[in-house]
Amino acid sequence: MKTPRGKLLKKVFSARTLRGLSSIVLFVVLWQLVVYLKVPYLQNLPYPEDVASHGLAAAVSTGYWIDWGLSLSRIFIGFIAAQLLGIPLGLAIGISRVFRGFTFPVFEILRPIPPIAWIPLAILFWPTRELSIYFLVFIGAFFIIVINVIQGVSNISVNLKWAAFSLGAKPNDIFWRILLPGSLPSIITGMTVGMGVTWNVLIAAEMIAAQGGLGRTTWEAYTNHNIPYIVVGMVSIGIAGYLCSTLLRWLGEKAMPWKRKF
Amino acid sequence: MASETKEPGAIRIKHVSKIYDPQGVHVEAMRDCSFDIAAGEMAIIVGPSGCGKTTLLNAIAGFDDITAGEIFLDGELISSPTYQIKPNVDRMVVFQNGALFPWKTVIENIAYGPMVQGRLTKAAARDKAREMLEWVCLNGMEEKYPEELSSGVQRRVEILRALINEPRVVMLDEPFRGLDAVSKTVMHEFLMQLFCNRNRTMFFITHDLDEAIFLGHKVVIMTTRPAQVKKIVPIDLPWPREHRIMNSKRYLELKGEILEAVHEEAKKAFQAGERELA
Repeated sequence: MKTPRGKLLKKVFSARTLRGLSSIVLFVVLWQLVVYLKVPYLQNLPYPEDVASHGLAAAVSTGYWIDWGLSLSRIFIGFIAAQLLGIPLGLAIGISRVFRGFTFPVFEILRPIPPIAWIPLAILFWPTRELSIYFLVFIGAFFIIVINVIQGVSNISVNLKWAAFSLGAKPNDIFWRILLPGSLPSIITGMTVGMGVTWNVLIAAEMIAAQGGLGRTTWEAYTNHNIPYIVVGMVSIGIAGYLCSTLLRWLGEKAMPWKRKF
Repeated sequence: MASETKEPGAIRIKHVSKIYDPQGVHVEAMRDCSFDIAAGEMAIIVGPSGCGKTTLLNAIAGFDDITAGEIFLDGELISSPTYQIKPNVDRMVVFQNGALFPWKTVIENIAYGPMVQGRLTKAAARDKAREMLEWVCLNGMEEKYPEELSSGVQRRVEILRALINEPRVVMLDEPFRGLDAVSKTVMHEFLMQLFCNRNRTMFFITHDLDEAIFLGHKVVIMTTRPAQVKKIVPIDLPWPREHRIMNSKRYLELKGEILEAVHEEAKKAFQAGERELA
């Protein structure tokens, strides 16, 4: 039982951690300097300690955490819906040439449309603002996961399928034991990229249309000319995005033990 | 490992031709190939790159159809232009670039066949796989993933994955390509150990003439594309063979004979603008 703790301590106090910490310290010092020296165009920037005190005040207020909850739930509802629809669709397009012929052209016409361009339609079509935001988040992740799954399926070596057939696998086994695990790396990549896009879309949508949420609260800070709180909002969004991608990375490692770094 | 009963596995290839895309590009890959491989024989197929050796392997394995001719396994028709038996455990292939499932551990890879066929329970299949690994001194590798292994070990595992199914024929498509010369000699002895006394039919494609002579009961030399059988050279060296045999007079005679035939074809291929004989 002692070794894991020893390892953890070593990791916490490693040179890498120190370098990471010093980069953050350096950044804050630079920031301080920029404000102090009144660098042109940046003179409105608040001092780091200003931002920190606003951040602390936010952290003890419930409103701030409600914003977190709203943004996260919007992300997850839209994102998960995109995966639930996108992964089977991508698999179907990747596996069946006929299905691909019927669906892929339309898909390729819709795919290049930036998710933000869907905002007006989304607001018009969906009965509530909340639903239109789910939809926009969905769009942000959907096309990316589909295209990645298609890629993943087509990248699986035909030799693996043949080997499986020779070993006695049935078409059913080929799907569950070859196609699915074989395309898993691409699925995880599609999720990771999609998660990034999703945050972009969410923040834009919240600023335009939402009630509450980290994007909205940042925008409101702007309309109230509360500059430190704008920065608090931005940092919060950054942390939220980071947490989401960390979660996905963890999921990827759990789902694909064979991809662990050796 | 496998049961000690002698497996049949006689292959008869009769007037087999293959044309890819006959209506369009029309690539003639094989023309009127005929030869037999006796049960338990180790037949080594050599020929210029791209001549159609793998096409023949795919036809025997059931991965691809043929345009003319017939292929029999133990007297039973397995492929003709109108009839084709799907790939199955009778004809196992060890692929050119390796085809271990990357998401399965070594032991899962080996145990997969008997499990998916429903021939053994998971526990029994794993026991047997473990036994085989031990038998070739790969114990300790059970829980590793293929990407963690050297290519030599990957090949050995893939060969075991084929053998655990007790196939009638094992087909290997340049399995040791890319291995260094030192590893190769060890791999040859490994194969000898696996096949030689077990009377298991082997269809082995290679470019390496030393490999061909050392491992084979006979060497089948193919012409440049379209592949035809140019010459069949029986290898009458005594068994079991050791690497020392490569210095013997008979070995060098055989090598000379094969080299000459292969060289002729390589030259033709060269003139035809094909890539070199690798």
